Amino acid sequence: MDADVISTVEFNQTGEFLATGDKGGRVVIFQREPQGEYNVYSTFQSHEPEFDYLKSLEIEEKINKIRWLPPHNPAHFLLTTNDKTIKLWKVSERDKRAEGYNLRDEEGRLKDLSTITTLQVPVLRPMDLLVEASPRRVFANAHAYHINSISVNSDCETYLSADDLRINLWHLNITDRSFNIVDLKPENMEDLSEVITVAEFHPHHCHLLAFSSSTGTTRLLFEEAVDPSRRSFFSEIVSSVSDVKFSHSGRYLLTRDYLTVKVWDLNMENKPVETYQVHDYLRTKLCSLYESDCIFDKFECAWNGTDSVIMTGAYNNYFRMFDRASRRDVTLEASREMCKRRAVLQPRRVCVGKKRKETDVSVDSLDFRKKILHTAWHPKENIIAIAASNNLYIFQDRLTPSGHHNTPEIQSAPPK
Amino acid sequence: MACCRSRRKRPPPSALSLLQLAASRCLPYAHCNLCWRGRRSCCFNDLDPRWLNARSISKSGMFAEVIVRSMFSRPCYLPLHVMCVFPKYISLSRAFCRHGKRMEKLKMLFGLAVNEAKLTSQRTRLKNQNGFHLCRLSREVYTFVSPSRMSGSLSALFDHVSAVGEGKLNMFSKGTKRKFSDGDEELSDESLVGARVASSYSLQRQSLLDMSLIKLQLCHMLVEPNLCRSVLIANTVRQIQEEMTHDGSWHMVTEAFCGTGQSPSERLVATEVLCRSREQDAEPKLFSVISYEGCREEEVVADETLCSVSVSETVSNVCLAGRIGQCWEKSELSDVERDEEALEDSRLGSGEDEEIDTEDGASTEGPKTIGQVFGTFEIKNGSPGPDSALEELFSDVDTSYYDLDTMLTGMQSAPKMGPYDLLDSLAPSHSSPSIVSPPNCRSDLNELDHIMEIIVGS
Repeated sequence: MDADVISTVEFNQTGEFLATGDKGGRVVIFQREPQGEYNVYSTFQSHEPEFDYLKSLEIEEKINKIRWLPPHNPAHFLLTTNDKTIKLWKVSERDKRAEGYNLRDEEGRLKDLSTITTLQVPVLRPMDLLVEASPRRVFANAHAYHINSISVNSDCETYLSADDLRINLWHLNITDRSFNIVDLKPENMEDLSEVITVAEFHPHHCHLLAFSSSTGTTRLLFEEAVDPSRRSFFSEIVSSVSDVKFSHSGRYLLTRDYLTVKVWDLNMENKPVETYQVHDYLRTKLCSLYESDCIFDKFECAWNGTDSVIMTGAYNNYFRMFDRASRRDVTLEASREMCKRRAVLQPRRVCVGKKRKETDVSVDSLDFRKKILHTAWHPKENIIAIAASNNLYIFQDRLTPSGHHNTPEIQSAPPK
Repeated sequence: MACCRSRRKRPPPSALSLLQLAASRCLPYAHCNLCWRGRRSCCFNDLDPRWLNARSISKSGMFAEVIVRSMFSRPCYLPLHVMCVFPKYISLSRAFCRHGKRMEKLKMLFGLAVNEAKLTSQRTRLKNQNGFHLCRLSREVYTFVSPSRMSGSLSALFDHVSAVGEGKLNMFSKGTKRKFSDGDEELSDESLVGARVASSYSLQRQSLLDMSLIKLQLCHMLVEPNLCRSVLIANTVRQIQEEMTHDGSWHMVTEAFCGTGQSPSERLVATEVLCRSREQDAEPKLFSVISYEGCREEEVVADETLCSVSVSETVSNVCLAGRIGQCWEKSELSDVERDEEALEDSRLGSGEDEEIDTEDGASTEGPKTIGQVFGTFEIKNGSPGPDSALEELFSDVDTSYYDLDTMLTGMQSAPKMGPYDLLDSLAPSHSSPSIVSPPNCRSDLNELDHIMEIIVGS
């Protein structure tokens, strides 16, 4: 069903938890078991559909982004956002219960005072694990446009939220105020020619942030000049950046536009250090992709823990991984028919002309409805989470903990 | 699909995936890509038999229903980019054709001697009394195209359409090249290769522009369009328009409209879309996207009528129907009063006819309403036609079919919307010489179709 389509995937900082948000406003958190598998830890309804009476618009409850806060106490905090409202959730466990109250009996009813003859000290007894999620803060009414990204600052006190035209800075404890730090809204809406697509804080430097726009520029820092001779009508749309990720080291920036994924060095502004073609075979099909609106799909990208491998999604339920050092890349498929538990994924290849191998897939038979937009990589280990419509796939590399992505295993979570 | 299976081999895989794609995109029906027959049975309510109606665009925005020309023709289905190039179609049913009388019928309907030469799958040698070529787009789908509209070679134009259909330009395979793919070109290719290349680029660009405008219009109909997508599409439209200005493709437009002084405050479609959906404090704007001076209101509503967008009140529709009817028949702009001019302007087809500002800035050129996008190509402010005033009135419009149509549609059981009824009542009053009495119309059309089939060789 439509409400089950996963719209965001995010590991927490240790990788122990994986949070997914879907179109129905639910958040499902998976926890890693000691054996290495992920199982459902908690589910809660984060956002409900709302109605903006002023504009007569329905506000979707789809979760656009989830970000975990760095851990500072046994409870877990995460920020979830839909188009208009950001919420801070606290997810805590309770595994003990107090028993032996004086004034109440076990069901909670008040005891008759005359029956109390002795005093007892309540005792904590273990109970089944109860995971509670409670909203701690609601940050609302700060965005006139749709929020597309949130990012927690490294100071752990502030975070930013970005919509199509503005970026606001919030303090985690203050819900009624936010500071606007970037405003792209022109005086005259006629002149509007670019929107903000993603914004993110630097992982270490609390003063540094990057945001990308639909024209393909990533500020504050970077813009690659487009070769004018290769310009086509679709150049701008294709160069629109759909995701920005800082590397874990903080030195590099990863940007994903429609056809490529680029690695930028923060010290070099004018061009990326590496460019990887994700699905260059689509370059000749841009017209039809424009017609079918597929050209506006926003793919996410991810770094692995050591910043040596990049991953991003593509069509036909394929996702691609690029090893930066060896320059090798692989295309894998995430689908229920192809994958069995514990089976090793076979690499796929898309061919433009004649098939060279039986397993090759022709460009014309790609299914553009099946797209992998949301991916996440465990911050330390080689475990990846892939969201394909309403299915979540978790793949891990069992054989070599620090090894290659070429032989991952499958471990798929049950569909929602 | 079943309609084709018996007669041809299995459609290519891309056609099948098209069907799957169509099904997945919640089209109300899947259509056979090869013979373009609709496979559904739902009726065409609220369809204006003449114009391309926004409601007839599928949800995906990719396909549109071809106008039902008469009650005997089957609905056809064509990709939107084709519709933009040829907004007016004639779908001829073969159901009731009788062999043998086609030639005579064609003569009568077209008013010209029918050439004995073999008709190609694209442009036929048949011209109507206005000199418009009868062009065959697909099985049972024909349109009239004014020769002045053809830039470069006509075959290049059709090549473009074919190429688009074939999947060279998009991923949908074409259905029209069946037996007729080897149809002769009437014009020699060698002499026109250069023109073909250039014209196919401009056609592609045109198609892209039309597609973008449609997308904007469609997302304009949404309550809350995706701002990023709208901006990107708007930028694409701007880019195309800038290029077209530099190319001088706007020259016809400037000739037509210079002096009529379109307001410099006209805005791009895109920004209207953006403004409207986002700005709470924006002044309430009319649904259409041209400028909102008082005199424009009529055309705005008229465009809405044409487009059957759901905003306008029916009252104003009805009032304006008269104007609409008149304007369809008028060709001359310079002598006509400004409002009517503007009204017709708004209906002229596609980006090439879009009005531009008197300023230089290309960025402020305004693509007009959907009415323009879907307007007729053949209605142009060309030179005056034959001598008679009547001819002059109708020189740009080939009304013969419409007249038949109105009579025939008058026979339809489904009542139409108010304005169309008025149109129907107006149109027959401008009858062309080739009009025939109602009982014969039916057979005329059928025979015509039959004639076409024979001539084309199907």
